[in-house]
Amino acid sequence: MSAEPHAIETRGLSLWYGSFQALFDVSTDIRSGIITSLIGPSGCGKTTLLRCFNRVNERYGNVRTAGEIRILGESIYDPDVSLIELRKAVGMVFQRPNPLPISVYENVVFGLRVHTPRTDLKRSVLDEAVEKALTEVGLWKDLKDRLKTKATGLLLEQQQKLCLARLLPLKPEVILMDEPASALDVGGTRAIEELMFELAGKYTIVIVTHNMAQARRASDECIFMLMGKVVEHARTEDLFLNPQNPKTAEYIEGRYA
Amino acid sequence: MAGRFAKTPHIARKEIAESVARSVFGLMSAAMIVPLVLIVGYLVVLAWPALSLEFLLDVPKRGMTDGGIWPAFVGTLYLVGISLLVSTPIGVLAAIYLNEYAKDNWFNRLVNLAVINLAGVPSIVHALFGLGAFVYAARFGYSILSASLTLAIMTLPVIIASTREALASVPMAFREACWNVGATRWQTVRAVVLPNSISGILTGVILQVSRAAGETAPVMFTGAVFFKAVQRGDLFPYGLGDQCMALSMHLYTLATQVPNVKEALPYATAVVLLGSVLLVNATAIVLRIWLRNRKKW
Repeated sequence: MSAEPHAIETRGLSLWYGSFQALFDVSTDIRSGIITSLIGPSGCGKTTLLRCFNRVNERYGNVRTAGEIRILGESIYDPDVSLIELRKAVGMVFQRPNPLPISVYENVVFGLRVHTPRTDLKRSVLDEAVEKALTEVGLWKDLKDRLKTKATGLLLEQQQKLCLARLLPLKPEVILMDEPASALDVGGTRAIEELMFELAGKYTIVIVTHNMAQARRASDECIFMLMGKVVEHARTEDLFLNPQNPKTAEYIEGRYA
Repeated sequence: MAGRFAKTPHIARKEIAESVARSVFGLMSAAMIVPLVLIVGYLVVLAWPALSLEFLLDVPKRGMTDGGIWPAFVGTLYLVGISLLVSTPIGVLAAIYLNEYAKDNWFNRLVNLAVINLAGVPSIVHALFGLGAFVYAARFGYSILSASLTLAIMTLPVIIASTREALASVPMAFREACWNVGATRWQTVRAVVLPNSISGILTGVILQVSRAAGETAPVMFTGAVFFKAVQRGDLFPYGLGDQCMALSMHLYTLATQVPNVKEALPYATAVVLLGSVLLVNATAIVLRIWLRNRKKW
């Protein structure tokens, strides 16, 4: 864990898709080692904000940003920042589990293969990484005899855990989750949330969710966004029990969605 | 007393319209089979007396009025093979750029426009372009090289379009998975996009074989000739700078230019051309099925 109190800091962050402005002057600090949830109605910019943190939104076409983002104290828009290194440190899990159509084993070591010269990748190193990552997400026991099976044939819950496991060999500091449980059933959702609790502390987790109950259950701090702006950022308990902004109160009472 | 759910006259009329529509649409799709069966049947029946392995392997004799089609068959293999050797790498790489790298800006829109319009250019215009560009301007002369390059230009836009389609069919989620572990675009393309689109890409390329083999004008203007002396069954009779015979051109010659040809000869030539094309297409289909069964996501 890094010594920075805030894993992510944004200052005056604005973002445009073409001429459409999706984020307005977002300044917020996300603390290291805890789970922070981003909530708000559809189109409020929470996924956009999440995608800023590893600059992956630049791969989606005509995106322009202004302002500053610091991850672990480093400004990620500095010219000497390598997107490859940044994305190693800041991994992302998606709404639909997206295992690659290759074996479980190859999915887990995919990141290592991408980042390490082939000659340095000894079988033993890979084997160890696979066992460690799968153990960390609680899949090792179930899958250790099925490492060669295709990842796309697993249960959705296993697929999503595998997607998490795929990030771990790269030793990320921050894990971004974009509605990671919305494709899963109740049991799967619970399993993912429990996994988040286990990983928190070791990693800084930021989760986007539509599900307010989930934000409430599974996050330490909560950021409420509306129309591309951060309305309120507080401890989850405080935000739900004692919202400071009337708009937050209206949203969590379900008056708009 | 009609039952509660008995049909009213209005519904009865609708049901008649429905059955009429169904039979008309069905008839139209059945009509697709008729010309194919008729064409193939007609050709094979008329070609039958001449069809033999000897016809394929032998050279034309007695002022083209007898003998086989070997020089034309090999010529077509050369033209199609070389043209695809040129157009496939260019087309596939360009398509990868357009689909995986390019952002939506004026330059790429221009390229897209060029691809679409190039695909719509009639083959006779390609022929003229090839004549001007390769035969004269580039001084390749009337040669296999000029003819193949002309065919390559003709097939290129379609290869780009079909490759792009194949690439676009790979789910975005696979790319996202790669990007978010820090893979570069090229690593993403190599590790995930290409392995999952290769069947579509290959099919697109192979389908262009039949197009390149069948076109007459582009090769007639640039390198295919009326007659070329070749050894019977010789697999390497031509050099890049030589002129050659081609099946499509040979068919045209037999049908219109040579008096007293044995009646079955042009038909047999057509059967060989059609048969080779169908064979290649069938290979494409088998390959596609095989590769698709292998991937499964």
